[in-house]
This record gives sequence, structure tokens and C-alpha cells, in this order.
Amino acid sequence: MDVAIIGLGIHPFGRTPGKSGRDQGVHAARAALSDAGMQWSDLEFAYGGSAAAGAADAMVKDMGLTGLQFVNVSNGCATGGSALQSAYMAIQSGMFDVGMAVGFDKHERGAFRVDPSGGGLGKWYGDVGLALTPQFFGMKIQRYMHDYGISQDALNLVAVKNYANGAKNPNAWRREAFSYDQVASSMMVCQPLRKYHFCSPAEGGCAMILCRADRVKQYSENKPVFLQAVSVKTRLFGSFEVFSQSQALERADAPTVQASKSAFEQAGIGPEDIDVAQLQDTESGAEIMHMAENGFCEHGEQEKWLKEGWTNIDGKLPVNTDGGCMANGEPIGASGLRQVHEIAVQLRGQGGERQVPNSPKAGYTHVYGAPGLSGVCILSN
Amino acid sequence: MRTILEGLSRPQHGDRTLSNPYEDSIPIAEGLFTWPSNDPRLLGSQCQACGVVTFPVQSGCPACGSTNVESIELEREGTLWTWTIQGFYPQRPPYDGPETPEDFKPFGVGYIELPNQVRVQARLKTRDVSRLTIGMPMKLVVEKYIERDGKQVMSYFFQPTDEL
Repeated sequence: MDVAIIGLGIHPFGRTPGKSGRDQGVHAARAALSDAGMQWSDLEFAYGGSAAAGAADAMVKDMGLTGLQFVNVSNGCATGGSALQSAYMAIQSGMFDVGMAVGFDKHERGAFRVDPSGGGLGKWYGDVGLALTPQFFGMKIQRYMHDYGISQDALNLVAVKNYANGAKNPNAWRREAFSYDQVASSMMVCQPLRKYHFCSPAEGGCAMILCRADRVKQYSENKPVFLQAVSVKTRLFGSFEVFSQSQALERADAPTVQASKSAFEQAGIGPEDIDVAQLQDTESGAEIMHMAENGFCEHGEQEKWLKEGWTNIDGKLPVNTDGGCMANGEPIGASGLRQVHEIAVQLRGQGGERQVPNSPKAGYTHVYGAPGLSGVCILSN
Repeated sequence: MRTILEGLSRPQHGDRTLSNPYEDSIPIAEGLFTWPSNDPRLLGSQCQACGVVTFPVQSGCPACGSTNVESIELEREGTLWTWTIQGFYPQRPPYDGPETPEDFKPFGVGYIELPNQVRVQARLKTRDVSRLTIGMPMKLVVEKYIERDGKQVMSYFFQPTDEL
């Protein structure tokens, strides 16, 4: 059973004082229904997630108590991607014809506050100052730069590109392009990563309506976007992940590599067939590593790709055309869905100022995060 | 007393003759490293089925799932595999360091590769964080981290071997 996306909704990302995360989710859900020309009562199910803004299913009191199946999804940084995968499977299995994937969040300012005991770590780990995600990103890219000869220049180029793209996206949080020097001289956070290399926890909501591909016309007049593959994978023994008190001497591929391979197998296409991609850019280094882990280039080639501008909107593989996590921030429940939203917008040809030229046919989304998991989608029009 | 102490390599819990120098100190967590000791070691687990080593001690093997794991003392010396510098004052909680936001100084963290065992995550101690480089030899030190309720709370760090 093929699955289509027929409605897209988003609440602008960033900071919206006085508006709860759930209300931002409700806004996105209503926008997705309006986009599809549908009513909440048309939906048979919803999968929703939020990490810090309460239970997603609480939104039914605002949307309407229609009795639909609503399942809350909680899966770390892949919460949004997992909500989408659940909706995809619900339709693919033949159990349901039409439903929604929705996610929202509202995080406090500053780095994510971590509860070590919740992650199976001792209290001491937080006491001594090791329970900080930025440290992990700094350490991972530090080693990667050492192993593959990536320079500081590459880190800066990723950030410059993503903020420039964000400036063209009306739903982005940071809508200001930064010069190379502004990025390169911003405050050092966790060596070698600076302030403008990082995304920040933020707020936002995103929703989409999915249905059986053979019944699109029954529900909506929109041009559908088809989900060709969805894959979520967790870490293998030997991969280097956040909050590891120790690491194995042997090294394994990152969960991204597993998710990417599985998604390309499902879709029956390869990285060379992708016209536009969203790759998790928690910080500049992450986007660099993910270019290779997802199979788009070899490890170490990223430096050349960035210098040549191949991941710019007019490049051979535009990456994070909506500004990515860097320009949008990372509301965990909504972030993975935002990536899919942007690819669907691009495949519909509705990207406006940031539209990728030459009518892209196939798109790719990739989320990665704690506690060592990755979700990949492949979409086509 | 001085003579007695110098002759000891592995003081143990409950040995009355050894209690004096350590009575005001407690480890930051039980079972993380040998303490009290004048030659402390980190404690890990080694899988008896496949040989994989973890830090800290855990009840099963992350590689093969075997529950036949034994507690072992880890090597004291290794090399720096990767590192970063924590540049901002961490959120409190969970952070419980001795500094205030005003007197906070960036500190190093990293993974130290212990030969043929495992890479352990640790706070780094160095006279100059700009010295940190991948591959540099590092050695375990156990030192006072903070004072709580009149006791010195001891934690583990790795320090460049050439500073010791």
C-alpha cells in the first residue's frame, strides 16, 4: 500500500511567548487540514509527540472529540520522525486510510537540561559536568576532523549556508544571514564548535495528513507527495553516541548509516537520485558527518563540496533549504516533521525564494539524535 | 604513621590502621573507582564470554548480552582519543560543581583510550587547556572535587602524563 502526504501545516519555529507548545501544535494541525481542504472529523487516527510540552493527545479537546485513535509517541530526537513512521505503517498495513502525524514542543532557553538518571546514568555524571550534549558534538567532530582532514573553514561554511537559507524562510526562527566572519568569530562553546555553529532548543509545531495513495482524490485536490521509504534505527555496539561513559575500542557504523541504507533499499533508488535533502544539523559538524553517513559523498570529501557550494540551494544537492535546525531551532517533537514538511514543499514547487530549481523529483530527510538513533524518509512527487 | 602509609600499595575499606588519612573523604559514587586507596583505579566490567570491557561496572555485556561479566580494575594510563572544552557554565541541576557562574573556568572533557580495554569519558585536568591534543599520554588522578557536609568528595580526572 503506497502512502501519500496530502496536507501540510506548520507553526513558525522560534519563540512564541504566551503560546503553549500544544497550541502551536493545534495551529499546525489546523493548517494541515486547511491545506488539504479537510476536517478533523475526516481523520481516522493521529500519532503525535512532544518532549517538553505535555502529552500530544491533549490537543483533541481543541481539535474536536471525534473518538479517533490518537497515540502519543516519545522517541528522543526522532519523536517527529517516529510519529510519521507510525502513521505510515498504520496506512501501509491496511488498517487505516487517512490520518495525521503531528509534533510540537516548547523548550526552556539554553542547552537541553538533562536528567542523568532518566538516561540510565549515575547522578555523579551530572554532578561533575559531563551531562551536556554540546560536549558530545564537540568531541565527535573533533575526532572526525582529525581522522578525515576537515577544517574549521568547513564548519563555518555550513553555518553561513544554513542561516542564508533561513533568511528566505518565513517560518524560520533566525531570519538573518550571518557573514563568514560573524560565524568564525562567534563565542567558542565546545571546541571546535562556536555559538553560530549550533542550533538551539526552541518552539514550534508541525503536522501533516497522510492517506492511502490510491485514495488521494477522495480526500484532497492537492498534488500529493509520496512516501517511498521510512526507516528508524538505533545504535549498534561500537558507535560513538551522546552520554557514553565508555566507548568500545572497535568501531561500528552510526545509526544514520543503517537507517539510510535501509531507506534506499525500500525506495529502490540511490543517493545519486536525490534532488534535495534535509540532514540533521544540530551543529555544523553534524551536517558534515551526515553528508557522508547518508551516502551522498565519501568521508573527507565534504570540504570540497562546501567550498564548491554543492549543498547550496542552486547546487547539485541542496541541503537544509529551510535553514535546517540552525535557523529553525530544535523543538524536539516537531523537528523531524519540519524536515519532511520542507521536502514536501520543495517537491510541490512551493518553496518561493528558497525553491530548488529544475523541479526536484526526489527528496530525502534525515534526523539524528539522543540516545543514538536516526530516522530517514525518502519522498517523491 | 607516615612510614606505615608509604609502605602500603592497596589500602582497603575497614582497615583501621588506614582510616585516618581518608576519613574525611568519600568517593563521588560507590563502585566507580577503588577508594580509599593511594593508587586508585577505575572499576569496569569485562565480559567473560567475549572479552569486551565497559566503564563503569554494568550487569550485562553491551556487545553480546552475556550476564557473565566480572568487575576489573582498569589501566591508569592511556592516550587522549578526543576532547573538547566545556566553555559555558553548565545548568545546575544536574551540574553540582564547586564554582559559581562568576568564577567558572572552562574545563576539558574527553575520552581516554586505555590500551586493550576501553575508552573512558572523563573530566580532564591540565594546567593549560590549550595543550590538549589527540594522542597525548594521560594518567588517572583521583582528587577532591567538592566539599559536602564537611567531607571531601573525591572524583576522577585524567591529566597529561608530562604534568605529573
